[in-house]
Amino acid sequence: MTATSSGSGVSLSHSGSALAPKSKRRLEAVVRGGFAVAAGVSVVTTIGIVIALLTPSLEFFREVSVIEFVFGDRWAPRFADASFGVLPLVSATMWTTAIALTFAIPLGLGAAIFLAEYASPRLRKILKPVLELLAGIPTVVYGLFALFFIQSVVIKDIFGWETGTFSVLAAGFVMGVMIIPTIASISEDAMSAVPMSMRQGSAALGANRMQTSLRVVFPAAISGIVAAIILGVSRAVGETMIVAIAAGQQARVVTGLLEQGQTMTGFIASAALGDSRVGSIEYNTLFAVGLLLFVLTLTINFIAISFVRRIRKEY
Amino acid sequence: MASSKSKTLTTRATNSEYSLRPMIFYVTLWFSLIFGLMFLATLLFDIITTGSGRLDLRIFTEFPSSSPERAGARPAILGSIWVIGTTALITVPLGVASAIHLEEFANKKSRINRFIEINVQNLAAVPSVVYGLLALAFLSALGVGDKNIVIAGAFALSLLILPVVIISTREALRAVPVEIRMGSLALGATPLQTTLRSTLPAAVPGIATGSILALSRALGEAAPLLLLGALVFVSFDPNGFLSGYTTMPIQIFNWTGRPQEEFHVLAAATSVVLMGLLLMMNGLAIFIRNKFQKRY
Repeated sequence: MTATSSGSGVSLSHSGSALAPKSKRRLEAVVRGGFAVAAGVSVVTTIGIVIALLTPSLEFFREVSVIEFVFGDRWAPRFADASFGVLPLVSATMWTTAIALTFAIPLGLGAAIFLAEYASPRLRKILKPVLELLAGIPTVVYGLFALFFIQSVVIKDIFGWETGTFSVLAAGFVMGVMIIPTIASISEDAMSAVPMSMRQGSAALGANRMQTSLRVVFPAAISGIVAAIILGVSRAVGETMIVAIAAGQQARVVTGLLEQGQTMTGFIASAALGDSRVGSIEYNTLFAVGLLLFVLTLTINFIAISFVRRIRKEY
Repeated sequence: MASSKSKTLTTRATNSEYSLRPMIFYVTLWFSLIFGLMFLATLLFDIITTGSGRLDLRIFTEFPSSSPERAGARPAILGSIWVIGTTALITVPLGVASAIHLEEFANKKSRINRFIEINVQNLAAVPSVVYGLLALAFLSALGVGDKNIVIAGAFALSLLILPVVIISTREALRAVPVEIRMGSLALGATPLQTTLRSTLPAAVPGIATGSILALSRALGEAAPLLLLGALVFVSFDPNGFLSGYTTMPIQIFNWTGRPQEEFHVLAAATSVVLMGLLLMMNGLAIFIRNKFQKRY
């Protein structure tokens, strides 16, 4: 390639066309630097989140003790007799998450094994996108469905269980279905990535498909499967609209499936509706709960990443 | 393989493909898959039948109103289009550039790059409301009084889906075999030329699919926008980056919370419109994946 034909490379050159290869290298460095800066945006975002959450939270904890926040069991930030015990919110989050996982883990992994090990390539090509449609449904629509169908038709009318307008069961169940594709899709990818030679080896030793799936493919793909489940957990903990619509708005410690309860995310969503002045205690409360949510999901995720790293196998 | 011989072997063995336990296992797997699909069908059926009463042109032409007969979702539909369009403009170039850096150029062993990598994975798992809090705090710090503007909403949603775009782009780049890069380098191309002319074009179907899916996630998202004050009565068409707006998910949330049944019908009808739009985007993504993606 001649120097003159190197186009835009020349324009960046300091010392004329004779040094085109060098100028090209310079352009390369600039463009690659641009890519690196773009990658840095994610770090800036993280720092931004930490600062954005910490600053108002610190102000919050100047007025409310950490002990009262973490161990208090009465959450009434907007009352005259205000109380800032976060346990009611945490209990509702734990209930909805546990209910969601009870449905999502077995169903998600079952679907994943079917798609990876049993379905023909053609069937998989049809079924996987259809299952992924579940992940594409907006969470407000899930919330609407949980409130007006699961809670009021299925739980109340069909099962005849005694419950109010809202319940953690309706919200948790729908949330569980929402995360089935997350778990199924990532697990299926992990299992499909297991080399065919391992399945052939297993079959050659006389194992049937069930044994091959459970004893060879499943363990080989475990890092991806664990990652899928953990991602499902953090999605359930952080899910907002379903619980804001269908789990309830009263912050009380939840003790049963059919009770209503306000989750951490549900509180943030409902508090956002009221007009909180910047710097007021109501405003700061939002961020304190947000910080707790962030720390919780971050911890869950770190566990996942370190776990995955420790047992990752490369083929 | 001598088929007759292998047949006798499998039937005699206790771990036959057709003995009881593998059959139960197989049925259970089928059930797992069918359950999700049946739920999907029930949800769609319920929302469509509920919404059918108001699934007419008024949804597209009318503004929200306190009387359900005259109410529509016109500004919400336009608001969604504005916000998602702006989000795409911000997040796709940024995400693809990040992914190229991480996948193609970064020294995988350097501490900074490993930190960025873990960071992106973590950001993908940060709940969407937290992005709303971030945007809220950021705009408050800048002294922005009215946070309910298109660009602010797009900012929050861009940060939300950026990790998803980065991760899917990286996967698409990783799926391009190393031989293609080596071929290009062997012909004398520089690393950047190799990336832009060989690797990236081969990864475009995967990138497009991932980006469309990420944007459709943003389209259905309500929580971050709720925090930025998008739950407002909008009686005008949004017309710019600084325009006030509401979006379809926010409008649905609003109507769901009203006591009158008629508004629930409107919420369902708007949900049908929203899901129709999402279905089109998903369909496009799947079409691109199936049509253009090469398996090496």
